[in-house]
Amino acid sequence: MRKDLITGLLAVVVLTLFLGVVYPLAVTGVAQVVFPGKADGSLVEVDGKVVGSRLIGQEFKGRGYFHPRPSATGYSGNVTFFANVGPNSVEGREVVRENLASYLALEKPFDRTLTKDRVPVDAVTQSASGVDPHISEANARIQAHRIAAARKLPLGEVEDLIAANTDGRAFGLLGEPGVNVLELNLALDKEAPLR
Amino acid sequence: MAQGWLQIAVFAAVVLALVKPVGIYMAKVFTDQRVFLSPVVGPIERLAYRALRVRPDDGQDWKAYARSLVVFSLLFWIALYLILRTQGIHPFNPEEFHSGPWDLSFNTTSSFLTNTNWQYYGGETTLSYFSQMAGLAVQNFVSAAVGIAVLVALIRGIAARSAQAIGNFWQDIIRILLYILVPVSFVAALVLASQGVIQNLGGSTVVHTLTGATQTLGQGPVASQEAIKLLGTNGGGFFNVNSSYPFENPTGLSNFVEMLLILVIPAGLTYTYGRMVGSQRQGWAIFSAMAVLFIAGVAVVYAAEQHGTPAQHLAGLETHAFDGSTGGNLEGKEQRFGIADSSLFTAVTTATSTGAVNSAFESLTGLGGAVPFSNLALSEVIFGGVGSGLYTMLLYVILAVFIGGLMVGRTPEYLGKKIGAREIKLVSLGVLVTPLMVLVSSGLAAATDLGKRSLYAGVNPQGFSENLYAYLSQGNNNGSAFAGYTGFIQPNPPGNVGAYGITFADLLGGVVLIGSRFLPILFVLALAGALAGKKVSPAGLGTMRTDNPTFVFLLIGIVILVGALTFFPALLLGPIVQSLTTRLF
Repeated sequence: MRKDLITGLLAVVVLTLFLGVVYPLAVTGVAQVVFPGKADGSLVEVDGKVVGSRLIGQEFKGRGYFHPRPSATGYSGNVTFFANVGPNSVEGREVVRENLASYLALEKPFDRTLTKDRVPVDAVTQSASGVDPHISEANARIQAHRIAAARKLPLGEVEDLIAANTDGRAFGLLGEPGVNVLELNLALDKEAPLR
Repeated sequence: MAQGWLQIAVFAAVVLALVKPVGIYMAKVFTDQRVFLSPVVGPIERLAYRALRVRPDDGQDWKAYARSLVVFSLLFWIALYLILRTQGIHPFNPEEFHSGPWDLSFNTTSSFLTNTNWQYYGGETTLSYFSQMAGLAVQNFVSAAVGIAVLVALIRGIAARSAQAIGNFWQDIIRILLYILVPVSFVAALVLASQGVIQNLGGSTVVHTLTGATQTLGQGPVASQEAIKLLGTNGGGFFNVNSSYPFENPTGLSNFVEMLLILVIPAGLTYTYGRMVGSQRQGWAIFSAMAVLFIAGVAVVYAAEQHGTPAQHLAGLETHAFDGSTGGNLEGKEQRFGIADSSLFTAVTTATSTGAVNSAFESLTGLGGAVPFSNLALSEVIFGGVGSGLYTMLLYVILAVFIGGLMVGRTPEYLGKKIGAREIKLVSLGVLVTPLMVLVSSGLAAATDLGKRSLYAGVNPQGFSENLYAYLSQGNNNGSAFAGYTGFIQPNPPGNVGAYGITFADLLGGVVLIGSRFLPILFVLALAGALAGKKVSPAGLGTMRTDNPTFVFLLIGIVILVGALTFFPALLLGPIVQSLTTRLF
């Protein structure tokens, strides 16, 4: 028993130092050298100012920008939680109903053929993280009509920008393709700035 | 859905391909043989023995082994609790967080000590980097090593011939850490970092967005913790929303790697088992039973999630897939994972006792949500936690041998060892103690007003699901949640100012966590001791085979039977009601 206590106490100290300090600091050291931008959060700078992370969605309002997926957290990057909307909840129905109505109200004036059954699910459901950086390709192609009108760009050009800012599946296989909203909007601002 | 099924098939194929090489490597580590890492790790290993005053060749009988394990765990419980209680004075605390409430610390300490990682708190809003690295992540390593050590002790007991010793606890822990968990985590952390998982110590970044707002991005040493969180089947996220947060899981590839990290040890251990007991077929038989149950779970959850929810359909949303849209129930899911990878992750993390999530469980469809429920109700034996999955499955194997023996009138024996009254008593206790604790605690919480304060969905089937899942998850050391259920109220996040715990839920959960982890461990070690001392008799005509499809079928039947008999009435009131109705409440 006494031997176990001594070894146990030594183990607590040694393992806490080795696994809790040496290991994470070693990973930090290597990651900071090998993947410096990524280790710090894939931050995006414009004119020397940090405007966001390419991995973290942020809020976009107004006619001239692509809009991200709905968020229950106000796109918070430091207080995250799940929306916890249940499959049979009245709240769940209302959230989707409202999101559907406002999506149609925003996009239909620009995409005349848009009907309820063409609205992609990602546009009206809340993401898990609250900061989903992506929207689906279908969602982006619908919003493209509004962007083209607001920025006075040919639709084809907007669609090219969408394609250029789509993260495909890894190895063409893993995950789902998603259009990176921040990068797409940055590309738009560069291509055809809002006046 | 074809693309989704292809991804699932590729994942299954990669896991299958890894079983043998990983299994052989681990068997060598457990039996003190040389491996390719020996030249590098050997000196560190010997240094560790000297520093900790361990004599690795001193074999321990099961009581000594158990005593070392209990002392080790108790000391680490105290250490972690103290770290969490004194958070304000530690370094690496850029947000200057003070300690949270004591009852929450009690729950969290018990949760990480038991390889559960049930989280009533949100990491980025309550914990310093020091608490995460030197407190929680240390337990991610240590609790995983303890689980594997118990399994190895049981395997030695099964394989031994009239022996007393079942290994040396300290040696097992050191070798498991140095040869398996640390090197794999190190490499995996860098792979994850290459995908964009963050790893820094600088504190949060304030950014000014394109539309003129500000957004504060929580930072931290995430990749190092993410790797062991998955490899050790722990599951406790650095961020509250766990592996759905892009800084924890940014791409389809990182998601694939994370799922692989979860399954590689539990699946590989079946091969290790076969090798150590001298019959690979025994290992493959157990692997097959696990694989069948696993694939069934994946199929159900994927089909259910692709269908969408009643709430969505009643709101007028079309949930079919079309060009450029995944369709399905994307509420609480991320676009980059879609339906298939979210479903697969859900099955992987609940079949094993990991509990990391890349989507919100509370937002799963009724039927989809029934899969995590079932995986937990089957006692985490479908691959299960590192070590704990297989040692629990071996209890079921012995139970199946016993029941099979009774059915055909043969003396129950397993791998040449007669299964007697003592063994069956220990097996039954080991199998039943967790369900008992789960049902009593969730019943207590459901029946009293004390439990109601934790509910998010209110008093209805969804609320019942939250409550049952909370204790099922803590009892089976999984740690995933129908996250509306809470034991922690935090009015001013980020930070613990004004925050308080729901003492009832925190303490009850803590007791369930500890009890349903360590009681089965003690029964398993006692079983290892009992089996170690037995003589091995050669297999005769009267021996029931335990390595053929008939036995696999029997084993699956026993696992389902015990789980169903225990939990079916409770499941009826929650997820099953929800999957049978289109009504809202």
